[in-house]
Amino acid sequence: MEYFLQQVINGVTLGSIYGLIAIGYTMVFGIIGMVNFAHGDVFMLSTFIALIFLMVLTQVLGLGSLAVALFIVLIAAMLLTSLWAWAIERLAYRPLRGSFRLAPLISAIGMSIFLSNLVQVTQGPRYKPAPPILGDVITLTAGSGYSVTVSHKQILIVVVTAGLLACFWYLVQNTSIGRAQRACEQDRRMAALLGIDVDRTIALTFVMGAALAAVAGLLFMIYYGVVSFNDGFVPGVKAFTAAVLGGIGSLPGAVLGGLLIGLIETLWSAYFSIDYKDVATFSILAITLIFLPSGLLGKPEVEKV
Amino acid sequence: MAVVAAERSRAASRLPAAIKDAAGTALLALGLAVPILALRIDQNINNEPILRPRWDYVAIAVAVAFLGRLAWLLIRPSRAGAAAAKPQGASGGLAALSAWLSRAFATTGVILLVLYPLLALSLAGWAGAIKWIDNFGIQILIYVMLGWGLNIVVGLAGLLDLGYVAFYAVGAYSTALLVHNFGFGFWLCLPLAGIFAALWGILLGFPVLRLRGDYLAIVTLAFGEIIRLVLINWVPLTNGYAGISGIARPSFFGLPFNASDQGFAAFFGLEFTPLHRTIFLFYVILALALVTNWATLRLRRLPIGRAWEALREDEIACRSLGINTTNTKLTAFAIGAAFGGFAGSFFAARQGFISPESFTFMESAIIVAIVVLGGMGSQIGVAIAAIVMIGGTELLRELDWLKQIFGADFDPTQYRMLVFGLAMVLLMIWRPRGLIATRQPSIFLRERRAVRADLVKEGHG
Repeated sequence: MEYFLQQVINGVTLGSIYGLIAIGYTMVFGIIGMVNFAHGDVFMLSTFIALIFLMVLTQVLGLGSLAVALFIVLIAAMLLTSLWAWAIERLAYRPLRGSFRLAPLISAIGMSIFLSNLVQVTQGPRYKPAPPILGDVITLTAGSGYSVTVSHKQILIVVVTAGLLACFWYLVQNTSIGRAQRACEQDRRMAALLGIDVDRTIALTFVMGAALAAVAGLLFMIYYGVVSFNDGFVPGVKAFTAAVLGGIGSLPGAVLGGLLIGLIETLWSAYFSIDYKDVATFSILAITLIFLPSGLLGKPEVEKV
Repeated sequence: MAVVAAERSRAASRLPAAIKDAAGTALLALGLAVPILALRIDQNINNEPILRPRWDYVAIAVAVAFLGRLAWLLIRPSRAGAAAAKPQGASGGLAALSAWLSRAFATTGVILLVLYPLLALSLAGWAGAIKWIDNFGIQILIYVMLGWGLNIVVGLAGLLDLGYVAFYAVGAYSTALLVHNFGFGFWLCLPLAGIFAALWGILLGFPVLRLRGDYLAIVTLAFGEIIRLVLINWVPLTNGYAGISGIARPSFFGLPFNASDQGFAAFFGLEFTPLHRTIFLFYVILALALVTNWATLRLRRLPIGRAWEALREDEIACRSLGINTTNTKLTAFAIGAAFGGFAGSFFAARQGFISPESFTFMESAIIVAIVVLGGMGSQIGVAIAAIVMIGGTELLRELDWLKQIFGADFDPTQYRMLVFGLAMVLLMIWRPRGLIATRQPSIFLRERRAVRADLVKEGHG
């Protein structure tokens, strides 16, 4: 029981990170119906940006307070990753809007190859260790045998995720930006007729997705303590699986899917086999799409003849 | 003359605005480059992470962005004018001419390919030719064959398959395992690999019959990754990451390519050189690729081929006209997979060693990119795209002279995939419908007219 509880805590932590990335996939798919293959690599880029900023602040500038440093890193990583996402959208996707359906997909795959190789070339192929921070643990049940622990990192990850999701939810539901975005999602042409700048709204969607991916990147870097140019593809596919499982296009679905994927992955590794944990994720992806294409919280797609 | 002068004066008046615009681009490039390029995370002698500044990289990136944008702004308008002057839509005569040209191109292409090893030998000598025949000839032809195989699924049937590399892996691993466990030779393994891959094509095709569009793409991607992960983790069968080595090389009608008395060289009284095998392999893959092309062109005229293309155009209309969409989709998957299996079997025999590293998602992405860049459904287009993408990235290995400009520690090969990714994006923006965007109809009334790409659907699945 204690072992199970521990795995649930780990799973929720991991799932929060997947959920943050999944929102980027689900929003972009909702608004332009495209699988943004480069999103996983944008996330990977943000882990590097976060690590470099953290090192600049703590090593070069010698900032004493870790909380202040992390806050500055969070803001900087969100801004700079958003800038990247904006530029990618402008260069690689906007010229192809309204064109052949496969063209943006191929362009996104090309962008994904470009980003991972850019980081490999400029930062080197080796794993980069992050300075260990927030390593303290709180023991919940110091009873006989197995003791359940929660680390400060895990608390930070869950709290930051929950807080940002609340802000994000407010942004989408209660502001004019969010209204414009939801309008574009329902009917882009009608939204344009009513005076919404569709291109700007779509660019903003990419920017918001990237900002949340940057938060996930910072948390991922703190949690695992190591970053690599390779870390884009697999977390990206897992987050996409989360988006699909939750119902693509649905924001609460993405978060729910992320938590479920995190839990399934952790429990699978704990009880079955750690080697096949990615196979489990990919199988869930395939099974969901085949038997439940609209996901848990998504709207069923109506086929028009 | 007057037009040119007017153009030039307009370009001159545009210059200040263009510089301003390019400066904005440079500023953006600065913002993008600083966080990731300016400081490199390294380790000092005590294995502690340190930051090493590399502002020269940032300067190069900003300069490239500025000059690239400036050049683009000054060149683009004249190109737009030229495009407007071109008549829209080819007339019947022009289409016939372009069809004749493409046929002539195909014939000369095949003749050139047959003579290619001799050309390489005479131009580069016996020592230099192996690189040109192996790295360029065989490597490109493998991708041409894979592109043509996938073209059946993506280009003709309109089913987007992002896990095609799985069938390539099935072909390669079935060859390796048959050689190891039963001692079969390459020529026996080749058809068996194709059959196994086709069976896997049906097996993986069956569950995805109902899916369409991006969903199909994602599920095939998942299947491709599952097969790769199983190959990595099923160590007793596949030897995991270490891979399988010692795969039998193809023989020439029973004559092995070695230095022994029973070898190819001894039989024909030639001096032994490993180049014999390379040249032989070149002709094997050339023959396999041409068989793929010939089979595809033939299949297009059969009822099944027409059903594939009809399925791509409109699945619902297909179904209402009584076409069995299940069989149509499954045959497309199976035949496409069989060619992938043949290519995989050849790959295993050529390398003599295979490991899961060769069958990553990246390979699938490259093959799909070749098909889409070629102009889905166009055989010549796929071949050209394979030559441009694979040949181009192989050429980047040859840029050692750049070391003289950028210093000895500059390694051009590591920029290979970086350029590849960027080229994919730029080619897609330049020609969203691929290099050869027109199609030749397989059935026509009186006159064969090329079909413009915007009239061809890309399929639903």
